[in-house]
Amino acid sequence: MDNAVKAPAKQDYSEQKFVAGLMNFLKYAVLVIACLVVLVPLVVVFFGSFKNNREFLSSNVFALPTSIEWNNYKTAFIDGKVLLGLRNTVVIIIISCTGTIITGTMTAYVLQRFNTLFGRVLKAAFLLATLFPSISMQVTVYRIMNRFGLVGTMAAPIILYIGTDIISIYIFMQFLDNISYSLDESAIIDGANYFTVFFRIILPLLKPAIATVLIIKVISIYNDFYTPQLYMPQEELSVVSTSLYRFMGPYGAKWEIIFAGIVIIIIPTLIIFLTLQKQIYAGLVNGSVKE
Amino acid sequence: MAKTLSKGGKLSRSYMEKMLTVCLFLLIPTVLLVIFTYIPAGEMIRFSFEERDQFGANVKFIGLDNYKTVFETPEYFAAFKNSLYYLAGSFIQLGLALFLATILCSKIRFSSFFKGVLFFPYMINTVAVALIFRRFFQRGDGVTNTDGVLNSIITLFGGEPVKFLSTAGLVNICLVFVSIWRYIGFDLVMFIGAIQSVSPDIYEAADLDGANRFQVFRYIIAPSIRPIILLQMILAVKGAISVYEIPYIVTGGRFGSSTFVIQTTETAFKFQKVGLASAMAVVLFLIIVAVTIVQKIAFKEER
Repeated sequence: MDNAVKAPAKQDYSEQKFVAGLMNFLKYAVLVIACLVVLVPLVVVFFGSFKNNREFLSSNVFALPTSIEWNNYKTAFIDGKVLLGLRNTVVIIIISCTGTIITGTMTAYVLQRFNTLFGRVLKAAFLLATLFPSISMQVTVYRIMNRFGLVGTMAAPIILYIGTDIISIYIFMQFLDNISYSLDESAIIDGANYFTVFFRIILPLLKPAIATVLIIKVISIYNDFYTPQLYMPQEELSVVSTSLYRFMGPYGAKWEIIFAGIVIIIIPTLIIFLTLQKQIYAGLVNGSVKE
Repeated sequence: MAKTLSKGGKLSRSYMEKMLTVCLFLLIPTVLLVIFTYIPAGEMIRFSFEERDQFGANVKFIGLDNYKTVFETPEYFAAFKNSLYYLAGSFIQLGLALFLATILCSKIRFSSFFKGVLFFPYMINTVAVALIFRRFFQRGDGVTNTDGVLNSIITLFGGEPVKFLSTAGLVNICLVFVSIWRYIGFDLVMFIGAIQSVSPDIYEAADLDGANRFQVFRYIIAPSIRPIILLQMILAVKGAISVYEIPYIVTGGRFGSSTFVIQTTETAFKFQKVGLASAMAVVLFLIIVAVTIVQKIAFKEER
C-alpha cells in the first residue's frame, strides 16, 4: 500500500520538476523577446550612426558598420545645432526646476499647514486645472504669451513649466502630511517666524520630495516637444527636441546623420538612467499614485 | 494637538503675520494660475461661440455653430475614431505590462536588467522615438532611401515590403505600437511597485498552503494592484483622446492618422480658425471631465 502511493508520487515529482523547468524557460523566453523588441530599433540606430552615406544605403540595416564614421556626429553636433539645443535645454531645466521647487514647496507649505479660505479656493482651482487639456489650451495661452511679448523667448516655456505644475505641489503636500507639526510648534515657541520655520525646518525636511519632483520634472522638460516648438520657433532657441526635429528638413534623406543626432540625445538620458535608476522608479511611483 | 498651529491658538503668531505669510507665499502661483490657466480657459469658452482668427479681427458671435462643425465634419469625427486604436492599444499595453510584471516579480535572474531595458524607452526623448520609428517602418524608394528595419526583416523572409506608414488603418496600428513600445515601461514599474508592496509573508503563507501560481495571482496579486489598474485604465482613456506628439512627428497626421489634438492645433495655428479650435478644446475638456467623474465614482465604490 505504502509503495503503491509512493511510486506515482515520485513520478509526479519529476513531472512537476519538468513543468517548472518549462515554465522557467518560457518566462525567460518572454522576457528576452520583449527586450529584443525594445533593443532592436535602438541598436539599429546606433550601428547606422557610424555608417557613411554610401554604406548606409547599400548595407543591411543589421550589419555592423565596416568603418567608423565620426563625421555624422560632427555634422549633428555642430551643423545640426544639437550642442546649442543641449545648452538651451539645460538653461531651461535649471531655471524651471529652481522656480518649481521654490514656488511649489512654499505653496504646499501654506496649503497644507494653514487652513485659510484663500488656500482652500486655490487648492480647488489647482485641482480643476488638472482637467484642462494642456496642448489644446495653448490656442488661447498663446495669445496671452503674445500679449506679454513672451513668444519667441525662453520665458514662455519656463513660465508654463513653473506655473502649471500641480503634480509637484501635490507631491510636496503629501510629504508635508508626514512631517510632524510639533517641529513647527517648538520653533514658533522659540520665537521663530513662519519664514524661518519654512526655510530652516520645512525646506530641509522636504529634500526627498524635492528629489522626486526634480526627477519627474527633468524627464518631462527634456522630452517636451510641443511647448518649445510653439513658443521658440527660432533656430537659436532650439532645445534638444526641436533641434532634432529640424533634422528632418535639411537631412531629410540622410538617416545616418539623424541617427547620430538621436544617439547624442539619448546618451545623457542613458547616463542619468543608469546612475539614478532606483530613484527614478521610486519617483514615478510616488508621483503617480497620488491621484 | 496637531491642529493648534492652524487653529490660531496661543502658540501661533499674530493673525496679521499669518495672513502676510499666506499671501506672500501664494502670490506667484496664484498670479501664474490666473494669467496662464484661468484667463485662457475663460477666453477659450468665449471664443468657442465666436468666429475669429489669430488676430481677433472681424469677430462675430455665432452661437453653437462651431460645436456643430466639430460634430458634423467627418474629418474631426474620424480623428475620434483614431483614438479608439490608441484606447485598444492602451489596454493591450496594460495587459502585457501586468503579465511582464508578474514574471519579473517571480524568482528570476537579472530581473533588474530586464526591468531596466523594458523601462528605458519611457525616458527617451519623444522626437527621438518618433524619428527612430519613422525609419523603422520605412519603405525605401530604392534611390535615396532603403527599407527600414521591419521591411528588411520581411524581405529577409522572402515577403513583399509594405508601405506601413502610408496605408490607412495600418499606419494607426504602427503608431499604436510605437506608443506601447514607449509607455509600457511606465505601467510595468507601477505594477512591480504595487506587487512588491505586498508583504512577502503573504506569499510565503500562500506557498505553504499549496496555492498554485494562478491562485497567487488571482487572490493575492490582483486585489493588491486593483486600484493601480483602475487608475491606469482611466489614464489610458484620457491619454487616448489626447494623443499628439508621436503621430504628429511620424506622419504629420497624414494617411488617416490624425488625432483630435493634432486637428485642434492645426485649426488654430495653420488655418487660423481660433473660434473653431476653441470649441474643439472645450469638447475635449468636457470629455475629460466626464471621464474624471466616472473615475471618482469608480474609486468611491472601490473604498
